[in-house]
Parts: sequence; structure tokens; C-alpha cells
Amino acid sequence: MTGMPGAGTRAVTGTGIPTPGRLTRWGILGIIGLIFAVPIVAMVEFTLRRGLVGGYDFSRWITVLTFNLGPEYRVLGTAIGNSLVLAAATVVLMLVLLVPTMIVVQLKLPKLRRVLEFVCLLPISIPAIVLVVGLAPVYGVISRAAGSGVWTLALAYGILVLPFAYRAVQSNLDAIDVTTLTEAARSLGASWPVVIARVLLPNLRSGLLAGAFISVAVVLGEFTIASLLNRQNLQTALVIVQKDDPFIAVIVTLLSLLVAVALLLVIGAIGRGTTRRTS
Amino acid sequence: MATVDPRDSAPRGSTRTAGLISSPVWGVVPFALYVLLFLALPTGIALGTGFVDGDGAFTLDNAAALADPFVISGFTTSIMLSAVTAIIGAVLGALVCYALIGMRSEGALRSGIDAVSGVLAQFGGVMLAFAFVATIGIQGFITVLLRDQFGIDIFADGVWLYESPGLVLPYIYFQVPLMIIIFMPALEALKPQWAEASATLGGTTATFWWRIGFPVLAPSFLGSLLLLFANAFSSYATAAALTSQGQSIVPLQIRAALTSETLLGRENLAGALALGMIVVMAIVMSLYALLQRRASRWQR
Amino acid sequence: MTSTTNTAPRVAAPVAFVDVVKRFAGTTALDGISLALEPGELVALLGPSGCGKTTALRVLAGLERADEGHILIDGVDVIGTPTNKRDIGMVFQSYSLFPHLTSLQNVEFGLRMRGVATVDRRRRAAEALELVGLDHHGGRYAHQLSGGQQQRVALARALVTRPRVLLLDEPLSALDAKVRVQLREQIRGIQTELGITTVFVTHDQEEALAVADRVAVMRSGRIEQIGTPEELYARPESAFVADFVGLSNRVPGRVVDGIVVVGAQRLPLIDPSTPAGDVAALVRPEDVVFAAADDADARPAVVLATSFLGSLRRTRVRLDDGVELAVQHGVGRHPVPGEAVHVRLTGQPVAVARA
Repeated sequence: MTGMPGAGTRAVTGTGIPTPGRLTRWGILGIIGLIFAVPIVAMVEFTLRRGLVGGYDFSRWITVLTFNLGPEYRVLGTAIGNSLVLAAATVVLMLVLLVPTMIVVQLKLPKLRRVLEFVCLLPISIPAIVLVVGLAPVYGVISRAAGSGVWTLALAYGILVLPFAYRAVQSNLDAIDVTTLTEAARSLGASWPVVIARVLLPNLRSGLLAGAFISVAVVLGEFTIASLLNRQNLQTALVIVQKDDPFIAVIVTLLSLLVAVALLLVIGAIGRGTTRRTS
Repeated sequence: MATVDPRDSAPRGSTRTAGLISSPVWGVVPFALYVLLFLALPTGIALGTGFVDGDGAFTLDNAAALADPFVISGFTTSIMLSAVTAIIGAVLGALVCYALIGMRSEGALRSGIDAVSGVLAQFGGVMLAFAFVATIGIQGFITVLLRDQFGIDIFADGVWLYESPGLVLPYIYFQVPLMIIIFMPALEALKPQWAEASATLGGTTATFWWRIGFPVLAPSFLGSLLLLFANAFSSYATAAALTSQGQSIVPLQIRAALTSETLLGRENLAGALALGMIVVMAIVMSLYALLQRRASRWQR
Repeated sequence: MTSTTNTAPRVAAPVAFVDVVKRFAGTTALDGISLALEPGELVALLGPSGCGKTTALRVLAGLERADEGHILIDGVDVIGTPTNKRDIGMVFQSYSLFPHLTSLQNVEFGLRMRGVATVDRRRRAAEALELVGLDHHGGRYAHQLSGGQQQRVALARALVTRPRVLLLDEPLSALDAKVRVQLREQIRGIQTELGITTVFVTHDQEEALAVADRVAVMRSGRIEQIGTPEELYARPESAFVADFVGLSNRVPGRVVDGIVVVGAQRLPLIDPSTPAGDVAALVRPEDVVFAAADDADARPAVVLATSFLGSLRRTRVRLDDGVELAVQHGVGRHPVPGEAVHVRLTGQPVAVARA
């Protein structure tokens, strides 16, 4: 749609802000896209190498995808299991601890909203590397009390994912006007458990799912705390594996990338589905 | 069932007993305890140990270590690295956001870029290190390409990938996607009425961007820049994966301080270093909050 | 508000749409509309959402490009001219003030685009703010102003460059009711004083009737009827216009020989050439009155409900054959629901719709 001022080649959306010309748009996206594709391509190329023999084949991929790795890779298997357990535990922690608190604050303690927001966004300002300095003694106590199982890390991970989980759930809460829904349900005679289970949670599905997925992504990618508290998770195991067999490490990296992108595409689709429903 | 007062302050419809016992404040207590134990306490300990020596006595010795050239160089390198990658990331990210103006946010390209940016921004630092070793490591794809096809040996003066200059490229790899994620909303908040009003008043596309677009976006851009700085400054995993013994940036120095009994002849140096990091982060995030307030005022 | 020669337009320009067509993906927003505005005239484009009134305005402004037809400003076809060269002033519905500039700087913007020297620029901008009564608010930013004040600044900004045409895109729709009334009177006052040709888009028929010299009622991309407010109100040419402009009762009747028979009454038709047949006659509430029981045209009815509107009352009654009518009357009479009354029609000419 043309008709806007000045440069003839500049098309304008029906809504006003001057859009970049076609050449500019695809030039920028093309060049930067290319730059960002290089490491991915490099990783793929790396995994296809046949080592000293030269040339390429899929042998390493086949080994991984058919779970044909030898016993020396058991650490990787255990570590992946650990990471999955941690991811699940962290999500449960968020659901059980964060979400009820957010609902209570939204409904009953609106004055605490600013405080809650500040607290939940605080972990962004406190680097994990700083946190871990103080977590070491805390985990010393925990190890004595509850053993040094890897699941205890979830307690620290809950803090790390707070900002992301909070934002995802809060934007959902803002969109559905919790107060009005609750008052309507209460005035129709619903008890509190019914209100939460039948009225609020179904409407919070997209925020909860988004928060859960992002938490899983953060936990699977976490290295700092696990490594400095001497626990084994996916990332620390990758570092170990990489020293002996860099190819497997890179293959796992590529697979994680793929899964993560798929995860986020799903979240995006869920988010869009909900907004269509509520409008 | 008796009429229910929706403003009943007690959950579960219990009767109005002593206000304190049934106050909804109890609903937030578990969370508050959790945050206290796993956020406030560790942070406090981290900062506190900076003021305590090996025997537990108060000392300013560790804090004084912050003036040691070793530490100063660590902070300088950290700050320079963060600043450089923040600026490059901000500019490139803003360019991509500009290139995306006007594209349908439901479209395949936008969704794809959103998902990929989301992943790369959070991409585990360890995996990022592997990616760059595969790209420009000694046997990396690009290294080999340049050497075999163009005769250029990028490591002729020494292998720099494993020192702080080598961190710039990996950091940019997550800075640019982060910028895209946080800056895109600011661009989308530019109201079309401003561009249309500018046109009706006689302005060209150039004058729109120069007099309206850029000034209005400036607080958001600077805020995003600060966020990128904070992100790079706090980053640990990539550096840790690339340099098993290095101590060029502060997070690595903290690692060294934690894994060895004494560093620089002091115990508990990690705490002092943590304090230094918190101070820098506090300054950066306060500035960020200030800029955000300005930006949101204009976006109303 | 003082009139100053500095803000008077150079020459009020005539404006014309000639067979303008505009299509968007799948729909025709403007279906060949033609409209001519006299210099200095205020024409309101009135209609429901989607009728094309805003599209017509934006095509005139150059923010959308017409697919066919011509737009003439001062006799020159500006179809190919970009927006910033059309010398127009436009006020948008909301959010159009630049947030990072003060009111004064906002108003100066158009002058700055035209290269006016700083001293002159400041002076003229200050005068424009004075014209809208905000001369002491020059240093305020948009977020520090109320909705009504923002629109007044937007108006000053649009007028300061002395454009040939002023375009108003539902400027009052986003404001509170009371502010809307005050502001529309102010806008009309300034427009008359400056004598600037103006197009005013609105969906509020009361607003259109109150401010315009002529009103064009639009529907589905066409102009249904154009005329003075009085003409549109008293002589609507179609059921749509009669329904949209003012309130109408629908009373069953039959058209015979150029008049319409309603109950026992024979009413003249606005359009005597209406073909015979069963119709719904459109009668204004003020043309239905309470009557004495022994009046020849009176019909018995029962009061359903009544509303007090300050200076008048509107009462809903049901006739014995089930037809419901709204009666507009003075506040001296206070009907009670359930009361038995008699009503008759005053006999004003009516428009009709198919039954």
C-alpha cells in the first residue's frame, strides 16, 4: 500500500509505520541469518567427519540414534536422566509454590504485587555464579539432612526459573481478569477449591504450559550451579564426554537445539491459541 | 448455602476468626520461606563471606583484595567484554527487528525467528562453546576452510579462541537473539498514528525516524543495551567450558576462588568477588529500571 | 479564544471525491463515491462501522491509495501526491501526539517541516495553542494531559500550518460524554471562525447533526443521502437513513395512492412515488402524542415504561393490536406503567420501509 511520504520504493503497511524496503529487509535478514547458520553448519559438518580417514559419513549419528554407545557413555545416560528429573521437579516446585502464591496475591493481597514482582525478577540481577558462592554452605546443610541426591538441585533451579515462570503466568493472569472470574464464581456459590480447580486453572493453561516449558529449557541448559556444587547433569556430563569424544558431545548439542526449537514453537502455538479464545 | 461474600478474606470459606490466623498472608508464607532460604540467604552468605576470613572473624582484607591488579584486570576484562558484545548485539539485534517491521506476527518467518531467538538466547553456554570450537576451533570448519581455500591461518599469532577475545564471538551468538526478543516489543509499540500524523504534517520517512522514531525508541534501546551488558557480565558457562584453567574474567576468578583453598593468599575471596559483581549488576539494573519507566510512560 | 489573522487559511479550498473506488483484500470499502465540498464547509461523514467513512477520509489524506477515481483539492487531482505534500491537517481518534515532545513542540512540528524560522515558529505555535485554550499548557507532555486536552493540542497542531483542508477522524469518540459535547462545540466554533473546509467522520448521529453544515450518511461504501441536518432528519430518503438518524417507530401500514394508511389515519409520504403495498411507516417519537379519548384519530394503548431525560420524557406504550410505540413528550405529564392512555400521530410526512 503506497501513499506515504517520500521515498517511492518504501511501501507502508496499512497501519502507518514505514516498513523497510524489500532489499533492506531481505538483505539484513539474509546476511545475519547466514552468520548465525555458520556454527550450526559447522557442528553438522563436524559430526559427519570420519576422523583421520577423511571424508564424511553418518556413522556417529547412527551410533547415537540407535543407542549403540558403549558403557563409557553411561555417565551421559545417567546425566540425561538427572536433568529430566530435575526439570520435572523444578516444574512441580513452580506449580506448587509459585502459582498459588501468585493467585493469592492477585486476589487477596494486591498491595504485595509490586513486592512479588520485584522478588521474582530479582534473580535476573543476581548472577548464578554469585548465587552459587552462597549456595555451597546451604547445600552442605541439605546434603547432611537429605542426602546429596541430584534432585535437591531443583530447589536452587526454582530460583533460576522464577523470572521466566513468573512472567509467563502473570501475563496470563493479567489477560483473564482473575478477580472478576472469582467473584462471579463465588457469587454463584462455588467453594474455593472449586474456584481454583474449575474456574482459574483451566484459564491459566497457556501461562502454566509456557512457564513449564521455559523452566524445562532453562534447567536442561543449566551448568553453573550443577558444576560448582559437584552434581552431574546434562551439561556437566557433556563437558566430560567432550574431552574424550567431542563428536558425541556435538551430536547431543544439535539434538538438544532441535528439541528446544520444537518446544518453543509449540509454546508459541499454544499462546496464540489461547489469545484467540479469550478475545 | 448461606450467601457468600466474595470479599471474604479467609480462603476455603472459613468463618471470620481472629483476622491474623485466617489472613491470606499465610498463603504467601511458604513461597516467602523458599525465597528466603534459596535466594536471600545464599546472596547474603555470598556477600558476607567477603568480609570474613578463614577463621570466621570480620575482616576487610578480602574486600581490599578488590584493589589487587589481578582482580582489577578481571573486572576490566569482564566489563570490556560485556560492553563490546552488548553494543554489537544491540546494533545487530535492532537491525533485525527493523527488518521484521510489518511482517505478520503469526507468519512462519516471525514465529520461526521468535522460536530460534528464544532458544539461542538461552542456549546452554556449554553447548555454545562446542559450537564455536566446531566453527573456529583449531580443527573448526571455518578455520580449515580459510586455511585450505584461502591460505589464511587465523591462529598464526596464537590460539585466541581460548582466551577472552575468543569469547566475543560466542557471546554475540546469544546477545543478538536476546536483543531481538527484548527490543521487538518496543518497535511494535510505535504507534502508527505517529507516523501518519508526521506525514500529514509534512514529514518524510527520514524525518519520521530521525525526529520521532529514534527519540521514542532511545530509552528502550539503551535499556536493552544495559540488559545485554548484564547478561554478558553474569555469563559463566561458555567461558568455563572453553577455558578449563583460565581466570581472565570475574566469573572464572570466582570459580578459581571456590575450587582452591586460597587465592591471592586469601580465603573467601569468592565472596569479595561476588560483592564486586553485585555492585556492578546493581548499578546496571537500576539504570535499566529508570529507562524502562521512561519508555513505558511514552508507550501508554 | 481570539481570532488572529495569522492562523487564517490562505484560501479555503473546495474538495471533491469523484467516483472513488477502494478495495481491500476481498471487500470493496468505497464503491464509487462522489462528494463535493464547498470552500469553508464542514461536511460530516456519518455511518455505522465498516461503512467506509474512515476509508474515505484516509484516501483523501493519502494514507490509503484509491484504486479508481479522483481526489480534487482546489481543483487539482492529488491521487498521485504523497500525504506529506497534500497540505492537509488531520486529527486522529487518539494517541497521535508525539510522546517525547511537549505540546508546544508538537504544535511546532508541521512548521518545522516547512522550514519556518524558530522565532516565527514559536510564536505561531503559541497562538495556535491559545486558539484552543491551552496557551498555559505548552510545556506539558501528552501523558500529562487529559484526553480532551490532547485532542485540542492535536487540533492546534493540525491548524497551525494553515492547511487547505482539515480532516477529523472520529476525534471525539474516545472521550467522555461531557467532554465530547464541549469539545465539539469548540471545534465547530474554531472551524467557522477560520472558515476552513473540513471533513468530519463520526458514527454518532447526534454529533454529526450538531456540528455539520451538511451530513453524508454512508453505508457499505456508498453515500445513501447527503443534505443539511434538518433535511436528513425531516426527510430521510430511505429506511436506513430514517433509522440511523434519530429514533423511529415502526408502525404497520399500507401505501395507497401516494399516502400511507396507518390505523385510522392517513399520513403524507416523504416520497409520494412509493409503490403501493404493506409497509412499516417510520414515525418519529415526537410525532406521536397523547390524545383525548374522544379524538377521532386516537388509539387506546397501555403504558409499558417511561424514561426521564431531563428536558423531556420518552414513554413506551403498547397499542391494542400489539404494536409498541415510543412517545416523546414534555415533563409535565408523568405516565405510570399499566396506565391506560390514548395516542395519535401528528400527521408529519413519513418514510416507509418494506413490511
